[in-house]
Amino acid sequence: MTLSRGTKVVLSIFAVIAFAFIYVPLGVILINSFSTDRSLTWPPSGFTTEWWGKAVENQGVRDALVTSLGVAAIATLVALVLGTLLAFALGRYRFFGRESLSLLVILPIALPGIVTGIALNNVFTSFLGGLTIYTLIIGHATFCIVVVYNNAIARIRRMGGSVEEASADLGANGWRTFVYVTFPLMRSALIAGAILAFGLSFDEIIVTTFTAGPGVTTLPIWIYQNLFRPNQAPIVNVVAAALVVFSVLPIYIAQRFSNADERGGGVI
Amino acid sequence: MQTQRLLKIAAVTSAAALMLAACGGGSEDPASSAAAEGSAAASEAPASEAAAAPGGEAFAGPVGEGEGQVNILAWPGYVEDGSTDPAVDWTTPFEEATGCQVNLKTFGTSDEAVKLMQGGGWDVVSASGDATLRLIYGDNVQPVNTDLVPSYADIFDDLKMQKFNSVNGVPYGIPHGRGANLVMWNTDKVKEPIDSWAYTFEADSPYAGAVTAYDSPIFIADAAVYLMATQPDLGITDPYALDQTQFDAAMALLEQQKALVSEYWSDYTKAIQAFNSGTTAIGTSWQVIANLALAEGGKVEATKAKEGATGWSDTWMVAKDTPNINCAYKWLDWIVSPDTNAQVAEWFGEAPANAKSCELTADADHCSTYHAGDTAYWTDVYYWNTPTAQCLDGRTDTQCVPYSEWATAWSALRS
Amino acid sequence: MTTTTATPRGFGYRHPRFRLAALLSAPMAWLVVVYLGSLAALFLTAFWTVDDFTGQLVKTFTMKNFQQVFTNSAYLGTMLRTISIALLVTLLSLILALPLAFFMARVARVSWRPLLVAMVLTPLWASYLVKVYAWRSMLQPESGVLAWFLAPFGIQSPGYGFVGIVITLTYLWLPYMILPIYAGLTRLPDSMLDASSDLGAKGGRTFRSVIMPMVFPSIVAGSIFTFSLSLGDYITAQIVGGKIFMLGNIVQTTYVTNLPFAAAVATIPVMIVLAYLFAVRRSGALDNL
Repeated sequence: MTLSRGTKVVLSIFAVIAFAFIYVPLGVILINSFSTDRSLTWPPSGFTTEWWGKAVENQGVRDALVTSLGVAAIATLVALVLGTLLAFALGRYRFFGRESLSLLVILPIALPGIVTGIALNNVFTSFLGGLTIYTLIIGHATFCIVVVYNNAIARIRRMGGSVEEASADLGANGWRTFVYVTFPLMRSALIAGAILAFGLSFDEIIVTTFTAGPGVTTLPIWIYQNLFRPNQAPIVNVVAAALVVFSVLPIYIAQRFSNADERGGGVI
Repeated sequence: MQTQRLLKIAAVTSAAALMLAACGGGSEDPASSAAAEGSAAASEAPASEAAAAPGGEAFAGPVGEGEGQVNILAWPGYVEDGSTDPAVDWTTPFEEATGCQVNLKTFGTSDEAVKLMQGGGWDVVSASGDATLRLIYGDNVQPVNTDLVPSYADIFDDLKMQKFNSVNGVPYGIPHGRGANLVMWNTDKVKEPIDSWAYTFEADSPYAGAVTAYDSPIFIADAAVYLMATQPDLGITDPYALDQTQFDAAMALLEQQKALVSEYWSDYTKAIQAFNSGTTAIGTSWQVIANLALAEGGKVEATKAKEGATGWSDTWMVAKDTPNINCAYKWLDWIVSPDTNAQVAEWFGEAPANAKSCELTADADHCSTYHAGDTAYWTDVYYWNTPTAQCLDGRTDTQCVPYSEWATAWSALRS
Repeated sequence: MTTTTATPRGFGYRHPRFRLAALLSAPMAWLVVVYLGSLAALFLTAFWTVDDFTGQLVKTFTMKNFQQVFTNSAYLGTMLRTISIALLVTLLSLILALPLAFFMARVARVSWRPLLVAMVLTPLWASYLVKVYAWRSMLQPESGVLAWFLAPFGIQSPGYGFVGIVITLTYLWLPYMILPIYAGLTRLPDSMLDASSDLGAKGGRTFRSVIMPMVFPSIVAGSIFTFSLSLGDYITAQIVGGKIFMLGNIVQTTYVTNLPFAAAVATIPVMIVLAYLFAVRRSGALDNL
């Protein structure tokens, strides 16, 4: 279908406006990170690099960053294992309840975070005795599974079973087939899923506030606590600006590894 | 075959749910039976319980060697250890002096504090008056032996043995500091000096659409304070002891106020920003917010309204059956010692509890700005307290509205 | 001639059901026991109450909480308001996303596509909280970026409130709507569009009759996110909502003192989302997430 030139121009202008809409708030964040005001008033009354210096020295930020990275890493690992298992089960077999199960799997992401958070909080405080960093990891892994599952099952469907059958025809048993045939084909989908899961876990705040134990401070929690403190608010902007800048690399990598079309192309 | 499978799945799921649900109450049962007794006693006649104070006996002392750690629940800003600002740290010196490692969790509201304490595992909590009574009657804290806290002697007398931190002459904690809820206004928008809450409550307020209020059920008491002055025939003497008629009047006033409100606040950056930008012209605030707003170049003023105000005075309490009792008492003494109390009061922005702190504050005027020793200032400040069915003002001919209904009513008001 | 025959050795190979069970057991344990179980426990709590003074759970069955929620006009109003916010956000996201996705998939040069997709994804990495605070700063009634931008047109900034929430949520969830639609559009085979024009359809007709039906599942997939994420949000309402409450705010402010009531309120968005998911199951949207 060929679009008329007029349509193309209109769409291009619209795209520019849309991208401007997307990036102006990020620009505001960047500017605020240099503002002398401590309470985010606009326009900023002056500019300073003081906050960037303070952010680098701030022990709280560094600890929170480490915690966030650790939690996200473990949650992603758990999700990789469970998500892949689930994807194989649902992608390769037919059984009663398969459809309901595939509906169930996306629930952790489809249901509002506050519901998941309160439900898990209730169970953890009544049944497990309290919240710890492990309850937080459980909370995160639960929605990370969905992300990995989505990527894995899309790849599994696309792969078809013939390659594995060919491998079996050549004499490989189940395990060999998996290691030498299936896994290499799935690897890029799993990596893409892992990166997305990592990103989701890294920025998650709602389920986190309800499942993190005492003293467990992830980066979003640190931000939530410090947006409230006049001395700290600008440092939060610095952290956010830095996050955007440093995340370009993982995004690029995720893009290279994933084939958005096959997965359905959504964010997860 | 398929129905069997369906049944199996259903059975597993319901079994899991039932198991979890049953266990869900498990850890609360022992506490709830004790608490039920405590609350039954409280709602009948606390006076007759004089012999058996809730929470058992206070620690007899003497305070010995620390157990190595102390788990503290506190408002953000009360227990600083250098992670917020390297220059602000009174926790590390404590750890070095006593060997008690501090494990801190902060909470955002008194309700959270109560819930966390009920969950157990904490040794010390800094509780505001709207949490203290619930903790006392819920059997979550023990009476405090003030003889074991040497700095207690220097605390301002009008903070000791108040309705919210003592029961029948038994003290349940060490006062931390105090502040009043002030009326603050943006001087660019409000050209006249303010001395009353009228413009924040009256329907014909010239600042309709630019008023702010504190976002918590305890704010109902602020409406009650205003009614004490404007509708004296309601007979309110204690804004935390409201019978149904008085309560309904307060809620009606708040409904009226809601039409005037631009935003409710519970965190200070929001309040500061709102005042400085003019989104909010007038409303409830704290001294610390006024100071920070001015430091940001805002044009605001704040004062205690002539009708009186609510305020807060926090209390350091000790959990019942805590294993770290020595460290707990060491912390209590540390936090209200003159030097530390001065640091906390300046960092947080409140009046210190210890009279001797006034000479030690970095800002020599700190105590006078915050009215630390000014007893007259605090006579019409009604510190946050926990409304109970048993009227706090001593009335026995009627029941008062308990806090849980304050919370419900507030939630409905805000919705 | 030798033939290599398959020699299935493993127990698992001969017993596919066992393999299936082995595959499923761990994730099922997690999802059913941990996740579903906790949801069920929460739902169960909705039928209990709390003791007035001590705050402990009173485990007698009662419908009081649901009654309270559904008979109080304030709560019903909040419910309605939350649903309308979610619908408006979905609509607005769609209006912004569709042309943009179309541009990315059909107008922009193919070599630009990875860059464009990366540009759409990047904002997701800026902290959610900070983005909302940035909008708070932008929506400020007199001195915000929006006020400054709209002043020459004589329009005031919408300030904090319903409109502020809708704008902010649309901004936050836009990538979730753009990407599925973009992917759906790139999957559209050119041959189909050629066939359509061969049959005499002009651009508009092709769009309506060929493109839209095929992209529809992707649109629904995107809408699941924007709708459900908006339904449960409370942080945005706190920061840019002025004095407005959403369902999530009610849950968040009451769950500490009155968990049963909060649970009852929380079941509302759950029911709505579940109903929505069931309704869209057939449309194939769930494969497009």
